Amino acid sequence: MHGLAANPEAQPFERANNKVPSGLAQCRVQAGFEFLNYVRSARFYILLGIVATIGIAIMAVMYVYKPPTYLSSPMAFYSVWWGNVVSLCVILTGIFFGADAISTEFQNKTGYYLLPNPIRRSSIFIGKWIASFLASAIAISVYAAITLADGAIYFGSNLPYQLGESFVFALFYIFPILGVSFFISSVFKNNSYSILVTAILLLFGFSYIAPLITSLSNSEPWYVLSYGAGIIKNVLSSSGYPPHEVVIAGSSSFNATIPEGLAIMFTYFVITLILGITLFEKEDFD
Amino acid sequence: MASSVPSIEAIKLIKQYDSFTALDNLNLRIEGAKCVGFLGPNGAGKTTTLKIFTDLIHRSSGKALINGIDVHYDKKKALAAVAALVERPEIYPSITPREALMIIAKHRGVPAEIRNKKIEDALHEVHMEDWSDKKVGKFSKGMKQRVDIASTLLNDPEIVLLDEPSSGLDPRGMSEVREMVKNLKKRKRLIFMSSHLLSEVMDVCDEAALIDHGKLLAYDTIQNLTRRFSAGGSALDVGFASPLVDNEVIEVIRKIHEVTSVEMLDDRNLRLKFVGNAQTQAQILSELVALRLGVNSFKTASSALEDVYLNLVKENV
Repeated sequence: MHGLAANPEAQPFERANNKVPSGLAQCRVQAGFEFLNYVRSARFYILLGIVATIGIAIMAVMYVYKPPTYLSSPMAFYSVWWGNVVSLCVILTGIFFGADAISTEFQNKTGYYLLPNPIRRSSIFIGKWIASFLASAIAISVYAAITLADGAIYFGSNLPYQLGESFVFALFYIFPILGVSFFISSVFKNNSYSILVTAILLLFGFSYIAPLITSLSNSEPWYVLSYGAGIIKNVLSSSGYPPHEVVIAGSSSFNATIPEGLAIMFTYFVITLILGITLFEKEDFD
Repeated sequence: MASSVPSIEAIKLIKQYDSFTALDNLNLRIEGAKCVGFLGPNGAGKTTTLKIFTDLIHRSSGKALINGIDVHYDKKKALAAVAALVERPEIYPSITPREALMIIAKHRGVPAEIRNKKIEDALHEVHMEDWSDKKVGKFSKGMKQRVDIASTLLNDPEIVLLDEPSSGLDPRGMSEVREMVKNLKKRKRLIFMSSHLLSEVMDVCDEAALIDHGKLLAYDTIQNLTRRFSAGGSALDVGFASPLVDNEVIEVIRKIHEVTSVEMLDDRNLRLKFVGNAQTQAQILSELVALRLGVNSFKTASSALEDVYLNLVKENV
């Protein structure tokens, strides 16, 4: 049957005069709200604690053992201090601030509060992404501050410009890492699955499987995110930026050039962001 | 094209989950300032309908129009005039009610100069002023529900979609929700409200739409529905100031024109069944008053809608 208005009573009606903000303005509002939520959450301080603990542990080891190789030059020092560890810190931020960012809207029903409003799902997604990026950048900056503090003990204000480059690359690495974790979070409506899959992929998938494929195929792993992120460490190499291909006993190993590394990270970011938003747009809250 | 009065309309709306059809060619148009109850058994498609109108789920086919705008194609414009409360939304536990309302106010474009006032008013209306700066994580289910309800009051919405709004609230909270809906009605809003509580629908709604198995069974004014579909005619609940101890009095009432039966609910309340319309009701009331029995309340019995509901749902099995 067709239900028609039985008693229309089309009374004089005054429309509310609110003008819904632009998508960009709503992204900004959403980002502020999400960031406030992050800085009040235990997870934010747990991550800062982990990052600080890693930094203090390295600081203590340097102080006790004073390894001559690493204290031979600022580049050698910062290469081990920063180059070896910051990628792990970025991955941790992806797990902490991205892995359940979208799935929680389904599992914890917070999406039911925001979605029935005149705001596009993409604005919510991007707002959340921006907040996660800010929270991640703070964590990485804290690690950078501890790095600089320890470096100052041994080398004073003698800072290689490559450290600045590496810092920028590390911040840029947050983009694809959050892209991947937001995408996985959009696939699952369950936080546990989302966090587990993100952690396995970021901690083990890229790091262990990719080199294995490379050694088996003897080809450049240009499709692997961690390969592109290698520029964060390589730029701090004390013997200069490593060559693109190194052949030892007939077996090749590869180092992404800086443009390659940036392109790989950017491509991962764009593709995972588009896929993540598309999935979030299509998912039903049922 | 946007209509001049608030309206919501489902046109051949279908929602399919694999082999299960949650909505089956639903056609329903509601317009004007009124409150419409949305009734149906569990799994009938009430929440599915409201979720499609609020972009929480996507329709398989058909149209869901708000003020003539398809929610699927232009959600932002369609929902600009709508406030909705579907299922039990959760708010981030680290956020306070004031902050939770602020984000909704900003997203909905409530002007900055009146935003704080609107939030204060909404918190006042749901009696949460004293909790406005406490974190939501520590709140009971009922308190969270109040904050959710407050969020629907922020932007003076033209259309309010409510999914069992009083569910989970204590009796006082339920009563307050009804008052809130009545206040919205006074402000000439279109309210579309699903509910399992027929008495609630009788109390606050002007019309009712009944749905089962994803299909619309009936949509009309409550008075027309009870007249058309109630098997035993319409019913009235009559209250008296003093106990009715004399059976002869009941016999006299039974003889009133068009009254078909009299049921004693307790010593001060009777349920009269009758055949007729609103004029018949007025006639019965005047005859009762003439009997000088101390009538102190007189209203359509919620059981009348229950009759309609049971008859229609039974027919549809």
